[in-house]
Amino acid sequence: MEAMYAFFMDKAGMGQAGAHVTVAAIMATLMFIVMALCALVFTWMERKVAAFLQSRWGPMRTGRWQGWAQAVADMLKILGKEDIIPAEADKALFIFAPLLVLLGSLLAWAAIPWAPGFVAADLDLGLFYIFAVSSMVIIGILMAGWASNNKWALYGAARGAAQMVSYEIPLALAAIPVVMYTGSLNTQDIVIAQQGGIWNWFIFRNPFLFVSFFLYFVASIAETNRGPFDMPETESELVAGYHTEYTGMRFAFFFLSEYANLFLVSMIAVLLFLGGWWAPIPGLDFLPAALTFVIKGVLMVFLNMWVRWTLPRVRVDQLMHLCWKVMIPAALICTVGAGLWMMASGAAG
Amino acid sequence: MAIEATNGKKGWGDQDQVPGIKSELLELNMGPQHPATHGVLRLLLHTDGEIVYKVTPVLGYLHRCAEKIAEGVDYKQWVVYTDRFDYLAPMTCNHTYVTAVEKLGGIEVPARAEHLRIATAELSRVASHLIALATFGLDMGAWTPLLYCFREREEILNLLERISGGRMLYNYMVPGGVRYDLPRDNWVADVLEFVTMMEKKKLPDYNTLLTYNKIFIERTSDVGIITREDAFAYGCTGPVLRGSGVKWDCRRDDPYSLYHKFDFEIPVGMGEMGTVGDCWDRYIVRVREIEQSCRLIRQALEQLPEGPYQSIELKKPVRVPAGAAFTRTETAKGELGHYIVADGGQKPFRNKVRSCSMCNLQVLEKIGVGLMVSDLVATVGSLDIVLGEIDR
Repeated sequence: MEAMYAFFMDKAGMGQAGAHVTVAAIMATLMFIVMALCALVFTWMERKVAAFLQSRWGPMRTGRWQGWAQAVADMLKILGKEDIIPAEADKALFIFAPLLVLLGSLLAWAAIPWAPGFVAADLDLGLFYIFAVSSMVIIGILMAGWASNNKWALYGAARGAAQMVSYEIPLALAAIPVVMYTGSLNTQDIVIAQQGGIWNWFIFRNPFLFVSFFLYFVASIAETNRGPFDMPETESELVAGYHTEYTGMRFAFFFLSEYANLFLVSMIAVLLFLGGWWAPIPGLDFLPAALTFVIKGVLMVFLNMWVRWTLPRVRVDQLMHLCWKVMIPAALICTVGAGLWMMASGAAG
Repeated sequence: MAIEATNGKKGWGDQDQVPGIKSELLELNMGPQHPATHGVLRLLLHTDGEIVYKVTPVLGYLHRCAEKIAEGVDYKQWVVYTDRFDYLAPMTCNHTYVTAVEKLGGIEVPARAEHLRIATAELSRVASHLIALATFGLDMGAWTPLLYCFREREEILNLLERISGGRMLYNYMVPGGVRYDLPRDNWVADVLEFVTMMEKKKLPDYNTLLTYNKIFIERTSDVGIITREDAFAYGCTGPVLRGSGVKWDCRRDDPYSLYHKFDFEIPVGMGEMGTVGDCWDRYIVRVREIEQSCRLIRQALEQLPEGPYQSIELKKPVRVPAGAAFTRTETAKGELGHYIVADGGQKPFRNKVRSCSMCNLQVLEKIGVGLMVSDLVATVGSLDIVLGEIDR
């Protein structure tokens, strides 16, 4: 980042403002490309993982090797679909909703530290910012369900809003012990605090953080609306939930944002608990930091997919029960426990 | 909650619950195009949010006038229409019809044919129960068991294709026997190998993956409870009746074919995970019936006698004297009945079918009240209806 600023200010002869705008534009473009790419890669990966778990092959033909081009073909197909807006729909909201959903997941990417010093927005409130902007997805989903003027979509939206609002709480609470240890909300600081091999990762620091990781993981599945918590979609109950009426590119936006969100929460899990860009053992230090980070993120995504394709779905009231009566108390206990542990071990400054 | 409301106490569904705010029940059409309704069933729901106040099944989307057609075709020709009743287990439907014709005409069936009938019908039952497990899991959002069950079903379809020539609609049984003898390869050995694999490997797999899964038990136990009395009152049969703890099976209690010669048990719901007659009980009855069917198949094929497999030559038409006959058999979904009135000659005067899926579906009106929408989907899945047989 410093190098980029220096390049634009000195070599290209821009002022400070010009350099900032240019760098921001470059980073934004980069993030969007990464997001679009990850949606492509993960749709393919999901098909292959699902196929592997279900003892079948998955896509094998498009693009010769393991059907790698299937996701590209799907995207092209979806671009060619007719864009239908139901006659009774609220047109403005209907059009705006997918954009808002996409925006919510896109904005959060700005604060992800890919490598030392390489973060689009080095915010002191980075973690707070991520949780805040990713909440915008809820508004988008509610908007989509309402605007579609379809009963199934409305059901999906109501369930989705209830679920995501609820699960924001354990999601954020599970991150608090980490913040306590680091003493900072800055995402880079959190990763730097975990330097030095696998036992310095926050997940293994103490038992409460270990539990926090699993709380975070479960809450993140609910947050991304994926099985076994895919209440807003529940294809066997609500047809397709909040995006029942969406077609073509607007549907693709929801799709894109689902996978972007999936990768996002996996990346946050990595940066909070799994040591960010640090290699697990010293022997793996030769890998570039960003690559280590991405590999860990993809492994988390794989874990997500594994869970999704193995477990049945919970019911909507059981989901709420799990959140309010199990996970939030557990997260609170973890927060207090981690604090006491810090005091006992003298880690608290 | 909702049951209380329908019993006269006030609930959110009542219009004047909150003064000044008009509220009404949401009318929701689940189906005929809906992923969870197992075909073209339409459920008209009145819901208050997630709670269902009233369920009205709307039928008739798959009506094909099969009973009327029976009056225009001769006895052998109508077997193909019975294939299309319960298209997931056509052999069992064939079996009901041919036993009715045989009873009416006093037609003898060779022992070899009876053994082949039992073997194929039980294979069909396993195939149908596999679909039931698969789609029930799918209704819960478990995708993977679906693929596993279809993988095993594929094996059954291959085996039945080898003996009958058809993969889905077999037209295998004819009045007086079966259409073809065993294929001239090691069909029996292959079936026995499949049956062993099913018992030893596949069923334990399903149990680990789905049956004893915590989420699955949470979703299905104490949901959609059909009491013994309700089951009797609505005329439920098959796994739905046995799930409610009633030990009734046509194969044992009203024996037809050669079932009385074989040794098998009748699994019933025991309320292991909740109340007797809940969705989990109906599910586990099907799982255990697969085991029993496997036992039956093994016995039928190991004791397969030599001899003829048809008592009437295939090309000769069946003639029955005037009269009426009713037979019922245990199909995969329940008791299928055929009432045939004949006026002598090659065609029946009237052929009335008693559909088990239809009776099983009726009970939904009673037990669906007060369920959540998700539970309703689970309950419909656990009834394991097939629309081809309801509408005929």
